Amino acid sequence: MKPPLNRNMGSTWWLSRGAYFLIMLRELSAVFIAAYLVFFLICLYKVGQGPEAYGAYLRFLWSPGMILFHLVALAFALLHMVTWFNATPKAVRVWRGEERVPPALMIGPNYAVWAVITAFIIWVVLK
Amino acid sequence: MSAHTVPNPLPHSKGGRTHEPFWWSLFSAGGVVAAFVMPVLIFLTGLAGAFGWGAAQEAFTYDHIANLISNPLIKIFLFVCVSLPLFHCAHRIRHSLVDVGLGGIKTPLAVVSYLSAAVLTVFCAFVLLRI
Amino acid sequence: MGTPTTQRTIKLEVFRYRPEEEDEPTFQTYEVPYREDWVVLDALNHIKDTVDGTLSYRWSCRMGVCGSCGMMVNGYPKLTCAAFLRDYYPNAIRVEPLVNFPVERDLVINMDDFMRKLKAVKPWIIRKKEQPLAEGEYRQTPAELAQYKQFSMCINCMLCYSACPVVGREEGFIGPAVLALGQRYNLDSRDQGRAQRQETIFGHEGIWECTFVGECSTVCPKDVDPAGAIQMAKVQGAMEYMKTLLPWGQRS
Repeated sequence: MKPPLNRNMGSTWWLSRGAYFLIMLRELSAVFIAAYLVFFLICLYKVGQGPEAYGAYLRFLWSPGMILFHLVALAFALLHMVTWFNATPKAVRVWRGEERVPPALMIGPNYAVWAVITAFIIWVVLK
Repeated sequence: MSAHTVPNPLPHSKGGRTHEPFWWSLFSAGGVVAAFVMPVLIFLTGLAGAFGWGAAQEAFTYDHIANLISNPLIKIFLFVCVSLPLFHCAHRIRHSLVDVGLGGIKTPLAVVSYLSAAVLTVFCAFVLLRI
Repeated sequence: MGTPTTQRTIKLEVFRYRPEEEDEPTFQTYEVPYREDWVVLDALNHIKDTVDGTLSYRWSCRMGVCGSCGMMVNGYPKLTCAAFLRDYYPNAIRVEPLVNFPVERDLVINMDDFMRKLKAVKPWIIRKKEQPLAEGEYRQTPAELAQYKQFSMCINCMLCYSACPVVGREEGFIGPAVLALGQRYNLDSRDQGRAQRQETIFGHEGIWECTFVGECSTVCPKDVDPAGAIQMAKVQGAMEYMKTLLPWGQRS
């Protein structure tokens, strides 16, 4: 007898639907965040080497190509942030008796905390 | 098998303990850290200084930055901001590559991903301690 | 005579595969009457009854309870009893068997593997010691019921398996519905069988294979949210694993 027909999703599944593609963009955020972290680590390394090395590296970091990279990386970091925060109610369910705390109420505080942390870091660096 | 018999239980192909929860924990912790700090870090180091917005141009002078990073609290903060997201990224990249068809080299992918994150984490500790 | 000329019609492109006749599947186009209140399953039944009796597919209740009429409708896993023609009209509708399952014939998939996984997770209440009937039922408060109720709505329609790329590539992956159903019993205050589900849910082929694509929850006709059940289980499993790393922790 013939074996049943195999119709499994192939490795291009993420191209077949908008929702899947968005998931793949979410996963791609990791590539850009990792790349940013490597540039950032090099920057820290240059700080350790002294003012000249640091200055030269800043000129590289602030060149048009790298600014473009940082713009794209920022977009991906924000995508990661939104998808991560919005997944909070999936991973954590909080109950008030028989009622589940609404997902929106689980998501909201993340953004508030994010805003405070962001403002605090900017203040520490720029003060 | 006849369509009417209840199928047998699963033949467990792999027994024993999985260490996946360990990597998932790092992924998860790194994901939280990245969500909270990565946008502002990228904005500050890659864009604000470059465009010289507000006090940003002055903030990135060598003296100011070196002084800032020499603070042990800031070193710890930076170490957390770099190391955990590195493991987050390693985990995510590893799994996405499997998802797009590289399932045949699962184990090498995992080793390379986490090893890279570990090496960069050690490098991070090294550069921070040197400043 | 009979059908008025004003009768509107809609085309169905139906996946055909008769293993004894053909090696490769084909698509056969049927033109069926278009009715506002018809669903894809009505159209298939019309074809079977009046046009082509050789077409094979599964169905039973026609009201989203039995879970047997799941098919790919224009590439999306749907219960055909809930997929209205009016949402596609006037375009043709492509009907295929659920993906990620072997096809037996036409729109009929083989679900043996799913049944094996379902059984492996022991989706029933397990007690360390059954109490005699005379002692009465196992009682539960509404708050305890609420903990798992959403996950208990599953009708085993397998749409989530057709939405999951991990199911597509990992033969052993236990999959969304079964993992959610396992958690449904683990979260049930009357159940004491968590240890017996440990390997299936928290083992190599369980929740850790999931990459949280999340489409399982989107396609679920019963709002079960398997992706949520799996994410919750990951948090729980990770915390338990971390405890075993502590010097006073116990390795199970």
